[in-house]
Amino acid sequence: MTAVPTVTTAPSRVVARTRRSRRGRLTGRQQLLLQVICLLITATVLFPILWIFSLALDPRNLSRPDGLIPPGASLDAFARVIAKPTSDDIGLLELARNSFLLASFVSLFSVGIGVLAAYAFSRLRFRGREVLMIVILGVLMLPAVATIAPLFIMLNSIKLDLPIVGQFALRQSLIGVGLAVVSGTLPFAIWNLKGYLDTIPKELEEAAAVDGCTRNQSFFKIVLPLATPALAVTGFLGFIAGWTEFYFVSIFLNDPTQGFTLSLALNKMVGAFGQTPWSDFAAFSILFAAPVSIVFFFFQKYIVGGLAVGGVKG
Amino acid sequence: MTAPAIALAQPRRRRRFSPDTRTALLYLLPAFLVMGIITFYPLLFQTWMSFTDFQLQNLSGKVQPNLVGLDNYTQIVQSKLNIPNFEFLRLLFFNLFWAFSNVVIHVILGVAVALVLNVEGLRFKKIYRALFILPVIIPPIIVATVWRHLFDQDNGAINLVLQGIGVLFKIPPDAFRIDWLGQVDDPISFIPLPLAYFALLMANTWLGWPLNSVVATGALQSVPPDLYEAAEMDGASAWQRFKVVTLPFLRPAMLPYAIYGFVVTFNLFYLSFFMSGGGPFGRTELFVTEAYKLVNDYQLYGVAAAFSVLLFLLLLGITLVTNRLARATASYAE
Repeated sequence: MTAVPTVTTAPSRVVARTRRSRRGRLTGRQQLLLQVICLLITATVLFPILWIFSLALDPRNLSRPDGLIPPGASLDAFARVIAKPTSDDIGLLELARNSFLLASFVSLFSVGIGVLAAYAFSRLRFRGREVLMIVILGVLMLPAVATIAPLFIMLNSIKLDLPIVGQFALRQSLIGVGLAVVSGTLPFAIWNLKGYLDTIPKELEEAAAVDGCTRNQSFFKIVLPLATPALAVTGFLGFIAGWTEFYFVSIFLNDPTQGFTLSLALNKMVGAFGQTPWSDFAAFSILFAAPVSIVFFFFQKYIVGGLAVGGVKG
Repeated sequence: MTAPAIALAQPRRRRRFSPDTRTALLYLLPAFLVMGIITFYPLLFQTWMSFTDFQLQNLSGKVQPNLVGLDNYTQIVQSKLNIPNFEFLRLLFFNLFWAFSNVVIHVILGVAVALVLNVEGLRFKKIYRALFILPVIIPPIIVATVWRHLFDQDNGAINLVLQGIGVLFKIPPDAFRIDWLGQVDDPISFIPLPLAYFALLMANTWLGWPLNSVVATGALQSVPPDLYEAAEMDGASAWQRFKVVTLPFLRPAMLPYAIYGFVVTFNLFYLSFFMSGGGPFGRTELFVTEAYKLVNDYQLYGVAAAFSVLLFLLLLGITLVTNRLARATASYAE
């Protein structure tokens, strides 16, 4: 009985090993073919990106570049858009500050509130849990545009006469826009964080409960520290949503003095494509995308995983 | 189960709000309070608005809008809105086809690239994986404006490259002054889709396949190599190995993601808005861009509300149908 398996497994293992090594080695022609395919894909992926960089560095400020590598690169276009990207009297730093404030508000607000709800959905068994989770999912399916009309009217009706700040119109403030953006990011944050909290072993909390740890203590002292990567990723995705937010900003902030954002300036440049020098547009796009794209690139392992999980669950 | 509950009526009432439920209420309160104000109440308010002729003059709150019953809905469905280039059925079919065609391409390309990058012994795999993620990490609003620029008739990269290639074949450069985003005539006479659709499709293909590839790669790496060896020993061809071994592992990961991609693409605002602006003649308009224009350009708040309610019902229908499809095909995979 014991002798038979050893006899049969030994040759099959040998066969498997030779098979694997054969599969592992590609012939020169196969390797070449695959490399050509990969290089072609790389070319299509990189082409728009290289084109934009080439435009931005072109010192001649052409509307029509004549090659991918301009003769003598310069950073003039960057200097121009940092000083004054559009015809409005506002610099890039001020635009970026507004976008940053909006993005931070959206990020902190949705993660801070979202993680509490995510914990309840992940760990607590209570009445109406399923129904509420379906409600969250339903909201997640809604595009942000779906509630734009009522939000506009609601926020528009809130105008305060504050003692120090003076006239405050909620719709035309970054807080108003931020609240509108949160209506989209909060359900995503709840769902994404719940997915992550589900993977944290319950035994840790059970052991702590035996030692007399209350629910609140185990949330703050055990779950929250363990969830830090997911909090960072969800927060970052919320940050991108705020940083690049366009439709709420463009509908709500129709008074330029109240604070423009990067996305509005970009829209303005695109709207005036006839007069906008391509180099300026390219430089502005790079400066707009760089902060979030660089972070994304270096932490992609965590972020893409979160995106895919959130996607699969969504 | 019920007997002790009736006998112990007093503890039962306490159990209704067990410690867990009380903690849960506390933890859920902030989120639902916020969502109540910025999501649920607006949805209710929107439903009421959709039965009124809410317009610019009602914004101040001094003039109440008139109730108009189902007028907004009938006007939308019968395409009788007083705005240019609005045809409800065309919009509906285009939007559905747009999402469907994109997702099919994304999934096929994503899986194909994942398979190539999964070949054992392929060199520079890590570099390719790092490069192919680039479209994902660039904010969609930038992607849209950059592609709008690439497709520009006079100075866009696409036309310039085509002209460069054309010179090699002695084709005059003027042959490649293609108005990608605005051409009125359909490029293929028997397919009623404008050229702008194909331009949008190209841009969104660039944007969409890499994330599908990431999901597919994850699924491929979960396939035990022994299965391939076993199939190979049984004399299965490469295609049979893909069908019998790879596909059952890909399906459970790709299908939910494809459904998610369908909804995301259905609601994809930036490309249509920035590249074609919905043109030519509103033929690449999507529900989301039309809703934006109803609020921002035409200030028809009541109509916009009815439009959003219709969109909500449509998405609900799509979710139910796709979920059923997912369940029906999931049993096949098992």
